[in-house]
Amino acid sequence: MGALKSTPAPIEHHDLSEKTGFSLRQIRVLHKRFKQLSDGDDVLRREDFLGISSLKYNPIRKEIIEAFFNRRNFSPSCEGRANEIDFEEFLVVMSHFKPPCSKMTDEQRKNIRREKLKFIFNMHDSDGDGLITLEDYRHLVEELLSRSGALGKETSRAIADAAMFEVARTVGHRDPDEFYEGITFEHFLKLLSNFDIESRMNIRFLKTDVIPGCRLG
Amino acid sequence: MFSRMAPRGRSGLGRSLAELGLLLLAILVLLDGTVLSLEAATSSEIDTHEGKPGTHKNTSKKSFPVLGIKYDDVSVPFEISLWVLLASLMKLGFHLIPRLSNVVPESCLLISVGLLVGGILKLARDEVPPVLSDRIFFLCLLPPIILDAGYFLPIRPFVENIGTILMFAVVGTLWNAFFVGGLIYAVCQIAQDKYSEIDLSNIGILPCLLFGSIISAVDPVAVLAVFEEIHINELLHILVFGESLLNDAVTVVLYHLFEEFMESGSVSAVDAILGLVSFLIVALGGVLVGAFYGILAAFTSRFTSHTRVIEPLFVFLYSYMAYLSAEVFHLSGIMSLIACGAVMRPYVEANISHKSHTTIKYFLKMWSSVSETLIFIFLGVATVEGEHHWNWVFLTSTVVLCLVARVIGVVGLTYIINKFRIVKLTTKDQFIIAYGGLRGAIAFSLGFILHSEHKKIFLTAIITVIFFTVFVQGMTIKPLVELLAVKKKHEAKRSINEEIHTRFLDHLLTGIEDICGHYGHHHWKNKLNRFNKKYVKKILIAGDRSKEPQLIAFYHKLEMKNAIQMVESGGGSKLNSTFPSTVSMQNIQPKIHSPPSARPSERALPQLTKGREEEIRQILRTNLQKTRQRLQSYNRHTLVVDPDEEGFDDLILKKRRMMELDWKVCKTSSHKSSNAIYSQAYVKPGAENVPTIKIDLASPQSPDSVRLLDEVVQDQGLTMSLPSSSSRAYKTSGKDDGRDQQKLLRCLSDPGPDVDDDEDYDDDEPVPT
Repeated sequence: MGALKSTPAPIEHHDLSEKTGFSLRQIRVLHKRFKQLSDGDDVLRREDFLGISSLKYNPIRKEIIEAFFNRRNFSPSCEGRANEIDFEEFLVVMSHFKPPCSKMTDEQRKNIRREKLKFIFNMHDSDGDGLITLEDYRHLVEELLSRSGALGKETSRAIADAAMFEVARTVGHRDPDEFYEGITFEHFLKLLSNFDIESRMNIRFLKTDVIPGCRLG
Repeated sequence: MFSRMAPRGRSGLGRSLAELGLLLLAILVLLDGTVLSLEAATSSEIDTHEGKPGTHKNTSKKSFPVLGIKYDDVSVPFEISLWVLLASLMKLGFHLIPRLSNVVPESCLLISVGLLVGGILKLARDEVPPVLSDRIFFLCLLPPIILDAGYFLPIRPFVENIGTILMFAVVGTLWNAFFVGGLIYAVCQIAQDKYSEIDLSNIGILPCLLFGSIISAVDPVAVLAVFEEIHINELLHILVFGESLLNDAVTVVLYHLFEEFMESGSVSAVDAILGLVSFLIVALGGVLVGAFYGILAAFTSRFTSHTRVIEPLFVFLYSYMAYLSAEVFHLSGIMSLIACGAVMRPYVEANISHKSHTTIKYFLKMWSSVSETLIFIFLGVATVEGEHHWNWVFLTSTVVLCLVARVIGVVGLTYIINKFRIVKLTTKDQFIIAYGGLRGAIAFSLGFILHSEHKKIFLTAIITVIFFTVFVQGMTIKPLVELLAVKKKHEAKRSINEEIHTRFLDHLLTGIEDICGHYGHHHWKNKLNRFNKKYVKKILIAGDRSKEPQLIAFYHKLEMKNAIQMVESGGGSKLNSTFPSTVSMQNIQPKIHSPPSARPSERALPQLTKGREEEIRQILRTNLQKTRQRLQSYNRHTLVVDPDEEGFDDLILKKRRMMELDWKVCKTSSHKSSNAIYSQAYVKPGAENVPTIKIDLASPQSPDSVRLLDEVVQDQGLTMSLPSSSSRAYKTSGKDDGRDQQKLLRCLSDPGPDVDDDEDYDDDEPVPT
């Protein structure tokens, strides 16, 4: 932490702090990391992420990187994908992983939950049409299992099918005539209603320290 | 861990059975009494007989004894069996009385029975055998309970909350010990009770501290017994329970420390530091010993594929050895046992057969259940037996101080802990944690082996505290939980979606941490997992299973459970009840990038109605069962091939078929176009694509029987015979029939996924009995 200068934070940081809810210190640390990843540039591109060595082992690496460039994560009204992001957008994506504050009303808790689940939903929904289809789900399970060697596509397909089946069942009785196109966001919320995502999807930013060794390459 | 549900609607019968039970109890007790006195009588007879050998021989010739009583040889096992039988009958009896088990926790009932039995024995013989000797307790009764707890410990919540648990266990227990010990000393000095025969001010500070350390530890047996009946949420359960397990190290160290100090008579600063060092050694040493034996057990289980029958024995033996080895070196035996069970479980379960897994589970549950029952009964008996020194001042102040110490400790620690936790502990949580700090038999046994001049008064006080916590706190905790509306455990089944998302979240968070450049705990966890997968699993797990990821194991386990459910719900006749909705896979449409014109036609109805599906299933079922009946194999070294287990695999096969059926029935083809599309799209006429299931029965012959199954099934031509029989069944228009046949062909020809009927891999939730 000795690298932090004692100069006053720029005005943008104050604005960002208000917008995303991070403290000034956290913003400074993340800014430093941003600069490190982008090689001093003002925008981050996909290639910059690919340089992080420890990300290599991650089976869902591609989805994570895509999530940073997915405009829907910047604000609810945006659509499509970006090719490069600036610091503000980087922060907005990171803010999805903030730990919840201790005193929250139920309303706030629900909102935070929605936000986090929407982030995950966007990650699953690869074509951005608001539905997670069976193909998307199959792809997801395949990726999760991709690190385990030659286990065959059939098992991952079976798991994805079973999961989809379960969703359809949970969501309720449907007319046999109707086809179930895919999981909508509302169904997704209902499906994971028992999953306490607001306490699990967190990174402890309080002690974030950019360790010089953990860098690109 | 045990679900104790009262039976309903048989109260009349229950009452008479309970009375019968009590009658039986009385008979047993009297029998015990008379048998023991008979033993005394026969021994005296023998004495007199031998006293005058010479004269006897001369005078009369003894006739051949047709029926004699020789109790000596079997006395010890006989008595032990009698006690265990009594305990089990009592347990049976309680559950036949429906209302009682809802109001009063079992531990209270058992202690009462113990009191009763102790009283009867005392009256009958004027002397009660000291049954709760510390050797029996620590060597025979305690290990099964702890092993059961350790083996089925839910690792994820335990590790996630380990910081909190350690805080409560270590700091909390230390605080309790010193607070109670110190203040009791103060009370002793101040109180002057002219009517009691003990001079309290004689009790020095060290004995008081020793007493404090004994009584401050929360007891795992009592906590388990009470908490598992109230079904509280997982977090609180693991906090209190984890604390009760880990505070053993603290108790052991404090106990030995104060005992040493008492003997040597003086304390110095060096001793205090040595005490601290000793604590670290006791705790870490215990864990290391346990982990060592756990790894040995895992390694051994890798080679047991040919001798499945003794697999459970290895698990039990290694664990017991871990416990005993730790006790040899005065390390914490409980922590060693927990570490052994937790370390060996993932590897052992990947190696052993399904039957061995079931055996281990049920043996552990059975032994721990019996142990627990015996402990409480003996506690009751020992209460009646011992000499007590009643000193109201001492007793009431002990109880009050324990409660106060616990409350202050919990509140203070939570305040500090909440600064570091994401999910804070609320006041309700704190109350339950404080209220759940029950004392039990461990405290009693430790008191029993004291070598102090004040032993009797200490023992009385310990018993009082135990009784108070078990009776008062144990009975009232359930209504309080209801009153405070504390979150209960959800009994919901773990869904596969949640499992997928748990894994997904793990990877996501690790990825984000890497992007931030932050070495958080996800990063280290990930590294540990990778190390585990790369090196450890290869060594400790036999064969292919070392590569199986948890998601797949979870999925197989779920399949197995569903199959078991199907068996229990009547062999598939109520299949639809497992999937109660009208949704079947036919409704789940994969997104096809087909031209828009094809879309409306895809929405046509499936041709098979529910009735037809049911008939198809029926036919499949009967065909499969006919096949199965030929394949019984028996070998002395294997267990008899269990027809039920055959049934499971059967049903998994069936279920897969059904899912495929539903799924395929209305696949993405247009109905307007004719059979041409079908024959073009799905060319396989399917004799060779019958799904295969590799079954791992407890038998080296199993691969053969499986292969036999495949051949038979293929020979029977399941795939081919079906359409003709089904078309016989439903006489509709020819065109429909044609389509149906094609569809069925398609269904059955689709190669289902390869399933390895493997054993449970990840048994995170407590297993209900």
